[in-house]
Amino acid sequence: MAMSGVRVVFWKELADYFGSKRFLILFLIIFVTSLSVSYMASQGISATADKKYLFLTLLSSSAGAVPSFVFFISFFGPLIGIILGFDAISGERARGTLSLLMSQPIYRDAVINGKFWAGVATVAITIASIIVIIAGVSMYALGVVPNAEEIGRVFVFFVASTIYISFWLSLGILFSILFERTSTSALVSIMVWIFFTFFMYMIAGVIADKAVPITKTATAAVVAKHETVKSMIMRISPAVLFEEISIAILNPSVRVFGVVFQSQLKGLLPTPLPLGQSIMVVWPQFVSLIALMLVCFAISYVKFMRQEIRAT
Amino acid sequence: MEWVVEASELTKVYNNFKAVDNLSFNIRAGEIFGLLGPNGAGKTTTVLMMLGLTEPTSGYVKIYGYNSTLEPMKVKRVTGYLPENVGFYEELTAKENLLYLTRLNGISDKDALPRIERFLEEVGLKDVMNREVGTFSKGMKQRLGIAGVLVKDPKLIILDEPTTGIDPEGVEHILNLIVRMSKEEGITFMLSSHLLYQVQRICDRVGILFHGKMVAQGRIEEIGQKLFGGRTGIMKVQMDRFDPGYVSELQKIEGVAEVNTLGEVFVLRYEDDKKHEIIKTIVEKGLLPVEVRGKEYSLEEIYMRYFQEG
Repeated sequence: MAMSGVRVVFWKELADYFGSKRFLILFLIIFVTSLSVSYMASQGISATADKKYLFLTLLSSSAGAVPSFVFFISFFGPLIGIILGFDAISGERARGTLSLLMSQPIYRDAVINGKFWAGVATVAITIASIIVIIAGVSMYALGVVPNAEEIGRVFVFFVASTIYISFWLSLGILFSILFERTSTSALVSIMVWIFFTFFMYMIAGVIADKAVPITKTATAAVVAKHETVKSMIMRISPAVLFEEISIAILNPSVRVFGVVFQSQLKGLLPTPLPLGQSIMVVWPQFVSLIALMLVCFAISYVKFMRQEIRAT
Repeated sequence: MEWVVEASELTKVYNNFKAVDNLSFNIRAGEIFGLLGPNGAGKTTTVLMMLGLTEPTSGYVKIYGYNSTLEPMKVKRVTGYLPENVGFYEELTAKENLLYLTRLNGISDKDALPRIERFLEEVGLKDVMNREVGTFSKGMKQRLGIAGVLVKDPKLIILDEPTTGIDPEGVEHILNLIVRMSKEEGITFMLSSHLLYQVQRICDRVGILFHGKMVAQGRIEEIGQKLFGGRTGIMKVQMDRFDPGYVSELQKIEGVAEVNTLGEVFVLRYEDDKKHEIIKTIVEKGLLPVEVRGKEYSLEEIYMRYFQEG
């Protein structure tokens, strides 16, 4: 059976991604760091830790100066996405393969769909294999087997990571269409990543200070409003959205984000939430992350469909 | 008469610049058509419009009756296109590259593999088919491009500057292959080129493009005749006992325009279409034609004429 255009592009790109040197190097870095991070964390977990969610604690807790596995995903994840996407189209253009590809009887969207889904598959396979290996190490180190609840939560975390990195992938693809030169596309992608990962916090703080200034006489309500404004602005950043999702999914006890008044906590039982409830807590973040990814992809799609294909 | 390509009043405007201006031409089945013109004349734009990769501002082009803008899929199914400076996936082998192309064309690997081997052999790349394309020279990539066009079994092949940047031997190889494929497989070819001498040899008809306009179209002789009038040839004639006074006798022959002597031979300038009668008469008079050279119109001359006129 002959394959359709999208599938042909998908399989070819998937093979390319896994064979490319830059991907292998980055994969190795993430793999080694996450492995060591989770191992360190397993050593740091005290005997008094919540035995029920030992495995989740392992993923999200940091041992001393070493940050958690979740942090590494939120930090390096975007780099995987960008590396897979930044030359998707501009690279084909530079190598002279784009006009060859476009003169074949396939629809234009087959190229961009095939590339995007191959990237998503690459990301999913990467994250899944890292999580599985960490699970293996922790079972060996701690002698505990993750329970069904934990497996469910880790799976949701895996889905969230894949969506998060796919956002960066679609951003990379978008820039590879907008910019003729591969290097421009890479630089702009990295700039956006730095902006969202580092500067967003500062900018959110500055804006919140202007909008809701905190004076010495500020009431608790003003402080709360200040914090709400700040976190609302920060939620523009996919990195913040992903962080909140991972916190809620990997810590069953998290119920709310932001400032909480003592009065609001009254009557709350400090028991862990079931998975469904945890998902409900960060559902808006989930939807925003998916929306950001789809917006990027949609713009790429429209741009690419209308682009002129010049040979040189 | 079946027209493979019908272009009618094609026009493409880029930011107030007319890249292609009211272009009309037709290509017959089995023909080798040359679209010639200097760089920037609008050749590539025309080709891209033929494949539906660029939308014409006005006018249309049909390939086997399919409008390229409205039904690009059907056009691309029957048309093979070799872009100028074709690129390949450098980390894949020659065979893998072609396999990707056949898969994109919906050809099963079972059917594709024998074709791939056959055409790689045709272009002389069978020995290196398992080598990564990154190690290939420009000429090898160009030949691989031609194999890549042939494996999809097209009825029409469009080659954009197929001989640019290739050594003379490589050019010879490519041109011979085009002629053979045209004869053996009955494929219609359209070549776009600015290298006149090379393509003039193999083209049945040419269209000369200049500043986006088709300034001349037809067989090279026809175009030349229109521009320079009737053709004349040069003939050298020997006489057993050379007599310079015989010049006047030769001048009486119908169709002979001019007679000179060069050493011990007569040099005749004659009208080409009366060549046979002239030779017959000369032989009957007991003289011996030793060299007969019909003068051909070179595309270069035709080209220069348009260049000068601007």
